[in-house]
Amino acid sequence: MNSSQINRIKDQLFRIFAILCTAAGILVLGVLLYDVCSKGLDRLSWEFLANLPSRFPEKSGIYTALYGMVWLLVLTILISFPIGIGAGLYLEEYGKRNRMARFIEVNISNLAGVPSVIYGILGLQIFNRMLHLGNSLLTGALTLALLILPVIIVSTREAVKAVPKSLREASLALGATKWQTIRRVVLPSSFGGIITGLILSISRAVGETAPLIVIGALVYVPFVPRGPMDEFTVLPIQIFNWTTRPQQGFVINAAAAIIVLLIFTFFLNGIAVYLRNRWYRKLKG
Amino acid sequence: MRIREKIIEGLLFLCSAITVLTTFGILFVLLSESIKFFSEVSIIDFLTDKEWTPLFADKQFGIMSLVSGTLLTTFIAILVALPLGLTIAVYLNEYADRRFTEVVKPILEILASIPTVVYGFFALLFVTPMLQQAFPSMSGFNALSAGLVMGVMILPYVSSLSEDALRAVPKSLREAAYGMGSTKFQTAFRVMIPAASSGIIVSVILAISRAIGETMIVAIAAGQEPKLTLNPLESVETITTYIVQVSMGDVPRDSLEYRTIFAAGITLFVFTFALNNISVWVRKKYQQKYE
Repeated sequence: MNSSQINRIKDQLFRIFAILCTAAGILVLGVLLYDVCSKGLDRLSWEFLANLPSRFPEKSGIYTALYGMVWLLVLTILISFPIGIGAGLYLEEYGKRNRMARFIEVNISNLAGVPSVIYGILGLQIFNRMLHLGNSLLTGALTLALLILPVIIVSTREAVKAVPKSLREASLALGATKWQTIRRVVLPSSFGGIITGLILSISRAVGETAPLIVIGALVYVPFVPRGPMDEFTVLPIQIFNWTTRPQQGFVINAAAAIIVLLIFTFFLNGIAVYLRNRWYRKLKG
Repeated sequence: MRIREKIIEGLLFLCSAITVLTTFGILFVLLSESIKFFSEVSIIDFLTDKEWTPLFADKQFGIMSLVSGTLLTTFIAILVALPLGLTIAVYLNEYADRRFTEVVKPILEILASIPTVVYGFFALLFVTPMLQQAFPSMSGFNALSAGLVMGVMILPYVSSLSEDALRAVPKSLREAAYGMGSTKFQTAFRVMIPAASSGIIVSVILAISRAIGETMIVAIAAGQEPKLTLNPLESVETITTYIVQVSMGDVPRDSLEYRTIFAAGITLFVFTFALNNISVWVRKKYQQKYE
């Protein structure tokens, strides 16, 4: 065998190995989904969604966790979206060349790498203790808002950057001020990209567990929150709690709750991917 | 009109300034409580003691037992994610046709969007029982399952970001290699990977940083026993797990036990901060290379 034949065999062997590796990655995803569904699908029912938590696994439901999650997400959205979009606009449209903006930029990339549990420590000390907000929904929402801000800012900037310069210049030439240009020209044409980033950031917030545990979110909440100052629990914490209980009944509950959580996450990610593709096509065409 | 413009610019600036406040907030919280902690516990004991037992009667504050748990699970995760992720990246970039890549990449990225508490469930209740059939001596909580599953979680960081880096290599390089009669395998490993090396390194550093900061998988599946061990079949405790463990218990506030989470937090922060800055530095060098 000459060396070129050996090389061709190596090439083919690697191809097979690589296909196996790719298949392995997808297979694990398949096994994970199958495992969760086989354990939890039978438990899913309207009662499971509508019942309060209980000491008896068969009677337990995720009503308060779902309710807390919706409350928490709405508050997080109200706090983080305006700030995140505003910051993205500032960095891309106003502060491009000054030193402060460059410092903020480095800072944001560092924040994006801070582990979420550290945000939990920040929320615990600043919002829970110093501002006396306790382990309320508001503390949770403020903490999550800070956590997802880097995601929102980065995606807003990318969306705004993709708007052609000619559009801005046309608007300015017609005598519009900078802000008028941003509001009437830049924002509408970057809308699709910004929304995509917002949805992805919310999908991240839905799955966060550790920072909420650290700020003191409760594990057992037998009532639904009525306002932003109420105590709360969310679906991932409920799953964590059930997963760590020894009784088999709670494991089944955890699997069922995971199915609900995954439906939420996949739904949000699906919308984001769909919007991104549509927006890119529009921007190009 | 001009005043309104200025006010709006000021408001938008304040929005971006909040991110700086966040950083200062994190540093302030971690430092102020850690300073109080280190006024009671000597920093030398903190770094050299072999045991971490702040919640017991006989208190020891050797952070290394938590650091070793963190590094052990991270190491296992990288052992999974690096070879697998890099092979997938090379395959998608060099061998697979475009349509295949466009389908497979998003599927793999689903792995990164799954909430980590779900992975924890999978590690504890599927992977551990499966591995226990192979290793009967394995503890119910162990570093191996948590590390393996964490490797799957960070797989898309390595595969997608490395693929992006490979794709950014100028076409002319690949064509030159083909022109010399190289196979795809030779082109990939002798030309493309070296050319994209900095981008690949960045992807691996980001993946390591994710694994070090990951909380729920290890909190559920790796256990709560801080110890200095390299045995992946044993139960260990990571820095992040310890923070969660103390947060869930009822440790009195403003006590020494309570402050341990800030000392643990600042240790974690130092690790991830260093890794992130190394990756920024590598990326900067990389940009210069092709411009």
